[in-house]
Amino acid sequence: MGTITRLLRRIAARATGHVLVFIARFITAVRADWRGIEPVPRQRVYFANHVSNADMPMIWAVLPPALRREVRPVAAADYWLKTPLRAFVGPEVFNCVLVDRRPEARSDDPLESILAALREGSSLIIFPEGGRNMGPDPLLPFKAGLYNIGRACPEVDLVPTWIANLTAIMPKGEIIPLPLICTVTFGAPLHVDPGEDKDAFLARASGALAALAPPPPPPAPEQAPA
Amino acid sequence: MTDTTYQHILILFLGVCGLLLALTLFGAALRARYGRGQDNPVIETYMTRVHSWWTMVLLFVLALMLGRVGVVLLFAFASFSALREFLTLTYKRQADHIALALAFFAVLPLQYLFVGLGWQAVYTVFIPVYAFLLLPVVSALRGDASGFLVRVAETQWGLMITVFCASHVPALLNLGFPDYPADRGLLLIAFLVMVVQFGDLLDFYFGRRLGRTRIVPGLSPKTWEGASLGVASAALIGGALAWLTPFPVWGAMAMAAVASATGQAGNLVIAAIKRDRGVRDWSHLIPGQGGFVDQMDSVMFAAPVFYHLTALAWAS
Repeated sequence: MGTITRLLRRIAARATGHVLVFIARFITAVRADWRGIEPVPRQRVYFANHVSNADMPMIWAVLPPALRREVRPVAAADYWLKTPLRAFVGPEVFNCVLVDRRPEARSDDPLESILAALREGSSLIIFPEGGRNMGPDPLLPFKAGLYNIGRACPEVDLVPTWIANLTAIMPKGEIIPLPLICTVTFGAPLHVDPGEDKDAFLARASGALAALAPPPPPPAPEQAPA
Repeated sequence: MTDTTYQHILILFLGVCGLLLALTLFGAALRARYGRGQDNPVIETYMTRVHSWWTMVLLFVLALMLGRVGVVLLFAFASFSALREFLTLTYKRQADHIALALAFFAVLPLQYLFVGLGWQAVYTVFIPVYAFLLLPVVSALRGDASGFLVRVAETQWGLMITVFCASHVPALLNLGFPDYPADRGLLLIAFLVMVVQFGDLLDFYFGRRLGRTRIVPGLSPKTWEGASLGVASAALIGGALAWLTPFPVWGAMAMAAVASATGQAGNLVIAAIKRDRGVRDWSHLIPGQGGFVDQMDSVMFAAPVFYHLTALAWAS
């Protein structure tokens, strides 16, 4: 009984994954721009800007199937375990590494589960801003996690990954998504240099990620006085 | 659909297939000689383009076979893809969200519905008057004035070129001519698309071979030599395809030349927009060719002019 249920859940998870990729392609014609790396199987940590809940599925959808099978998004346990549907989609469809964002409530170290996934050979998708960016700045200051991963696993490529246009496709508070084209740009990989301190590395990583953003359409008029 | 129209679509299809087959074999011969794969990007790009042409020709002929509904749906789909490419690159703010959603999900389907129903008095004014006036109201109601004129102007321009202009291709079905059965409008559409696309291809070919004088240096590689030979070839092809149209041979040649010249002017305008936005192609959706706007820019420019000149000079 248990085996059959698990098998059915696996099949359902696979099918759901295909449906999600199809929806992402249909609504946003999402595409990858492999600017700094090739789509080849290497162990990588894709670190991306985060403006919407659709960010992670977009990266997941543009990865070729062989890479997609090896990648595990790092996601918030409090979000993905909230309902039975999310608990199916997050851990089983996307194969998320769930971490607890609340330091006061958590029992184990989130970095430890992330490093365990890397030691198993998985690649990761992480959002180093630590939450969704709702403000006007292109990026929020990075949390230390990316630096700690880079220190612990110096051989893993840290790949800056910019997701463009999602705010225009689905701004916060709107109901209908616009069918604009979303582009996921992968930049050249980074590594923590020997002796590089946390702030210097995070500034470098943040700069490399922001440099992948497409220029805003000209002319970008001044903000109207309130 | 009458049997003659059907047969003529098949004859055209076989002719174009023969041409594509020759191009495919040419590419295969090049591959056999120089090897395939990463070493020969020129040959691989060429083959990708030929494959895309096969897909486009098959879809187009399938649409023609299905008649009015097929052609209207095909161009509605092409408009949707082109509008999506265009509005991805325009300036917009959250206050425009509903206006943009209306452009995609209301204005575009309605325009093609009016074309499909043959309501000429509606589809010729719906976007230039009603969408033009009403969509900015929807944006203004949200109260964000920052860059307002730029936002509404760019949205309206995108709708005009990718929806209004493109919809004039299927709208050709609504024109009536003396001694020309109504369903032959499908062949008139094939005529317009073929003379414009062949004009573009031959402009590219002659421009590469003989081009000396750039028309707009720094904006586009298009040359006077290539463009004029492209228009002249389009006129000759138009004369040879006059049996598709309600025009006499000289009329078909003149209409083909005007359509090709308008289309090539459209190439320049679209090149200026791409230069301004810093992109090489509008998207990646047609392998080897770029996006729908790259593929259709000349047809979109030529269609309304061709439609109105045909209506003024030849229609009953």
